[in-house]
Amino acid sequence: MLRRDFFGLAGGATLSPLLGPVWAARADGPPKRMIVVMLRGAVDGLNVVVPYGDSAYYDSRPTIAIQKPGSDTGALALDGHFGLHPVLAQLMPMWSDKKLAFIHAAGSPDPSRSHFDAQQYIENGTPGRATTPDGWMNRLLASLPGARTPTDALAVGPVLPFIFKGPVAVANLALGAKPEAPMAIDHPEVASAFDRLYDGAGRQEEAYRQGRAARTQLVADMSSDEQKMADNGAPPAQGFPAIAERLAQLIAQDRHIKLVFASLGGWDTHIRQGGDKGQLADQLRALGNGLATLANRLGPDWSNTVITVISEFGRTVHENGNGGTDHGHGNAIWVMGGPVRGGKIYGEWPGLATAQLYQGRDLAVTSDYRHPLAAIVERHLRLDDKALEKIFPGMPSARGNFADILAA
Amino acid sequence: MIAASRLLAALAIVGLIAPLPARADSSDLQIIHVLNRIGFGPTAEAIAHVKEIGIDRYIDEQLDPDAIAEPAALTNRLAALDTLGLGAAQLFTKYGPPPAETNDGMKPTQEAVDARIKRADTILQQARAARLYRALYSPRQLQEAMVDFWFNHFNVYAYNGFDSLWIGNFENEAIRPNALGHFRDLLLATAHHPAMLFYLDNQTSTAPGSPNARGLFAGLNENYAREIMELHTLGADGGYTQEDVTTLARIFTGWGFDYRNLSAGSGSVFAFDASRHDSSDKIFLGQRIPASGEDEGFTAIDILAKSPSTAHHIAFELAQYFVADNPPPALVDRLAQRFLDSDGDIKVVMKTLLTSAEFRDSVSQKYKTPYQYVLSALRAAGVGIKSPTPFLGAMAELGMPLYLCPTPDGYKNTEDAWLSPASTTARTNFAVSVGSGALLAYVPPSELLAPRLVADKGIPDAANPVAISAVAIERLLGPSLSDRTRAAIAKSPAGLQAALILGSPDFMRK
Repeated sequence: MLRRDFFGLAGGATLSPLLGPVWAARADGPPKRMIVVMLRGAVDGLNVVVPYGDSAYYDSRPTIAIQKPGSDTGALALDGHFGLHPVLAQLMPMWSDKKLAFIHAAGSPDPSRSHFDAQQYIENGTPGRATTPDGWMNRLLASLPGARTPTDALAVGPVLPFIFKGPVAVANLALGAKPEAPMAIDHPEVASAFDRLYDGAGRQEEAYRQGRAARTQLVADMSSDEQKMADNGAPPAQGFPAIAERLAQLIAQDRHIKLVFASLGGWDTHIRQGGDKGQLADQLRALGNGLATLANRLGPDWSNTVITVISEFGRTVHENGNGGTDHGHGNAIWVMGGPVRGGKIYGEWPGLATAQLYQGRDLAVTSDYRHPLAAIVERHLRLDDKALEKIFPGMPSARGNFADILAA
Repeated sequence: MIAASRLLAALAIVGLIAPLPARADSSDLQIIHVLNRIGFGPTAEAIAHVKEIGIDRYIDEQLDPDAIAEPAALTNRLAALDTLGLGAAQLFTKYGPPPAETNDGMKPTQEAVDARIKRADTILQQARAARLYRALYSPRQLQEAMVDFWFNHFNVYAYNGFDSLWIGNFENEAIRPNALGHFRDLLLATAHHPAMLFYLDNQTSTAPGSPNARGLFAGLNENYAREIMELHTLGADGGYTQEDVTTLARIFTGWGFDYRNLSAGSGSVFAFDASRHDSSDKIFLGQRIPASGEDEGFTAIDILAKSPSTAHHIAFELAQYFVADNPPPALVDRLAQRFLDSDGDIKVVMKTLLTSAEFRDSVSQKYKTPYQYVLSALRAAGVGIKSPTPFLGAMAELGMPLYLCPTPDGYKNTEDAWLSPASTTARTNFAVSVGSGALLAYVPPSELLAPRLVADKGIPDAANPVAISAVAIERLLGPSLSDRTRAAIAKSPAGLQAALILGSPDFMRK
C-alpha cells in the first residue's frame, strides 16, 4: 500500500519578522538537483527489470513471473534480455528518450538480509559498519559549495530519515494534503513567544529554529500565486503521485533545494505478490505514476535533476510457497533525469543459474550501490574524490563503468 | 485537526502576566521523573499519591498492576467499547469479510462488502480509544508503558489485511496480560495470535510436498522465522545463520488458522496443522530437534527465550526505553543477568531497572516519542478528553499514527528517531491547541451524532468549554522546567502560558 500514512501530515507557518530576510536574494539559475527515493521493505527487482532472456527466471517463478514481451500482460522490452514490468508503461517514453537507466544486480556488499540493518547500510553509506553516526546525504550536503539556506536539502515526511542525519540542517516536510494550511504558530504573538522560549543553544532549540525557517520558506513557496494557478482547481491526487506532484511544484518554486529524499513502504511481498497484476503491480503503478508526474511537473528543471530509486536488498530468485518472495540480495537501481545517459542497462549481469546465485538462492551483487551514486555526485554535483571519500568512506576504488551514466 | 480560526479565537483571550509559583525541591523532581518514565507523566493526583507512599512503594505497587483498582472514569469508558470483549474468531465473523456465498448460493453484493469494511473500522477505532483511555486514566501506568514497549517490540500493522480486526485483541490478549509476566509466555502468546500469524505470514507457511500443500499454502515462508529471531528474541547480531532461519521456518510449518473455528465465530483461531508440517528432524542453533510436530515449535520458543542473546537484546531495549538512548552497558549487563537468573521474569528485571542508580540519575535524558508527548500533555493539562480522535490525529501528524507502523521493528523511542525541525514546530502547534483548551473541547461531528460513550462525573461534558490553568500546570511541572523556560514564559501573555509550558523544550523531554 502506498498510503498517505507513510508520509503523515504537518501544519504550516508563515513569515516571521524575527527570522529576517534570509531568502530575500534568490539563487541564480536552476541548481543541479539530486533526488533519492528509497523503497523500504525490499522491492522485488527481478519483477521490475525482468530478465526475460534467462530461462531460469521462468523456472524459478512458476506463478509470479512476468511474461516475455509481446503480449498485453508481458514485460515491456528494454533490450534483448530485459523488460520492464508492464504497469510501468508510463516510464517507457523516458526510456526511449534515453533518460532512464537501470543498474541491475546492484546492492550492498554486506550480506545482511535484515531490512533494518540493510537500510541502515544504505543510509549511512558504510555497508557493514553500523556505528557511522551520520547519513551520506548529510555528508554530501556538507560537501556542497555555496552559502547555506534553510531549504538546501529536503526530506519528505514528518520525521528526519537517517540518510539525512548529521551536523548540517535539513528541512523536512510532510507533503500530505494542504501542507501550507495555517498553524497556530503563524500568529505573530504565538510565534514571538515560542521564539523566546527556544532562544537557547540545545539540539531542540536548533531544530525549532530550523523548522521555523524552513517552513516559512516552504509555505511561502506553496502559497505563491504561480502555485495556486498550477493547481488549477484539480482535486488532490492520492498517495505517491500526489506527493510527487507537490514535491515537483515545490522544487520548481524554491531554487535553493538541491537534495531531496523520500521513502515509500509496502514492498515486503512475502505472500501473494502477484505478477502483471496484484499487490506488487499496484505498488509499482503508483510509483511509476509518481515518478512520471515528478518528471513532467519539473518542466525545465528536469534537465538539471537526477532521480535515483533504490531499495535495501532484492528478493529471492525462487518464489516461495505462498506466491511471494523472501529476503534476497541483488536488486535493480533506477536512475532517471535530464543528464542521464539512459536507454541502457548498466552493470554486469551474473545470471540466474543455480551456480551463479549468491548462496545458491539470490541474485548476486556485481555493482556496489555506492558506485552509481558516487558517479552522480561526481559528474552531476561536480564534487571531487576528496569529497567522495568523506561521503562514502572506504568505498572500493574500482568503480565500474558508471561514469558513463551521466552526460559529461 | 480543528480549524485555525477556532484556535485563533481561543487565543484571543490573551491577558495579563500571571505570577508563577516558586520552585519546588529536588525530591519533587525525582517524583516527576518516576512518573514520566514509569508511565505517561505526572497528574496532580499521581504526584499526591507518590508523595504519600514514597517512590519505593510506588514502584512496588506499579509492578503489581492487578492489585491496583481502576477508576470508574476509566472502566465506564472501556465498557462502552463493545468490540473490546470479542474473541478473535467472533471479530472475524462479525466484522470480517462477508462469506463468499450466502446460504442460498448468492454472492454478497458490493454494498454488503462495503458496509462490512466500514463496520470493521469501528474495531480499530475502539481499540485505539481503549489504548488512549488506559494510558491517560489508568493508575496502572507502568503496565501501560510496558504495553507501549512490548507492542512496538512485537509490532503488528493494522492496515495489513485482517490485522485491523485483530490488533486490539492482540494487545489485550497477548501483550497486556503478559507485559510484566514471563517473557516465554509473552513470546508464545504472540506466536499463537492470529494477528502475528497473519502479519508475518506464518499461517500460510507449509512444508513443500506435505499432504495438504496446495494453492496459497504450497511451501515455506521464512518471514516470521527471521523476524522472531532478529526482532523478538536474539537480535540481528544474536548469532544465527540463514540456515537457522530456514530451519525455524520448517519448524513452524503448520502453525496457522483453524478455518472452521474462524467461520463458526468461536473457539481458538490458532491451530497446528500436522498435514502441512515438515516432519523431518531438524538442527536449530546447533541443537538437534527430533521430528515431533507442534512440539518442535515449543522447543524452538524455549531455546530462543532462554538464550543469553535474547536476554541481552531485551535488557538493552528495556534500558533504552526506560533509561537512556545509549543505555549504560553495566546496567544492560545487570538486567540481562537478572533476565537469565529469573528465567525471563519481566517483573524481576523491571524491579532491578527501576530501582537502579542509572535510572534514578537519568532525569531528562529521554526525548518523548509523539505518543508519549501527546499523552503527557493531556495528563498535565488535567482535564478529561471528550473524544480521542483529535489526539490520535495529533499522533499521526507527528509521524506516529497508532497501530500503523508498517514494519515489524515497531516505532523507535530514541531522540534521533523523533527530533526533527518539522516535528518541533508541529509539537508547538499541538501545544497551543491543547493549551488554549480548543482541542480538548473538540468532538468530531460524526461522534456528536453517535450515542455518547459515557457520562461519568469525572470527565467534563461536551457542551462546556474547557479552561486550562497555566498556573496549575506550572505548579505540577515546576521543578522540571528550567529557569530559562520559566523566564520566557513569565514574559509571555497569560493566555499563552499553558501552551508555552506544554510546548517548551523541557516538556518534550522526560
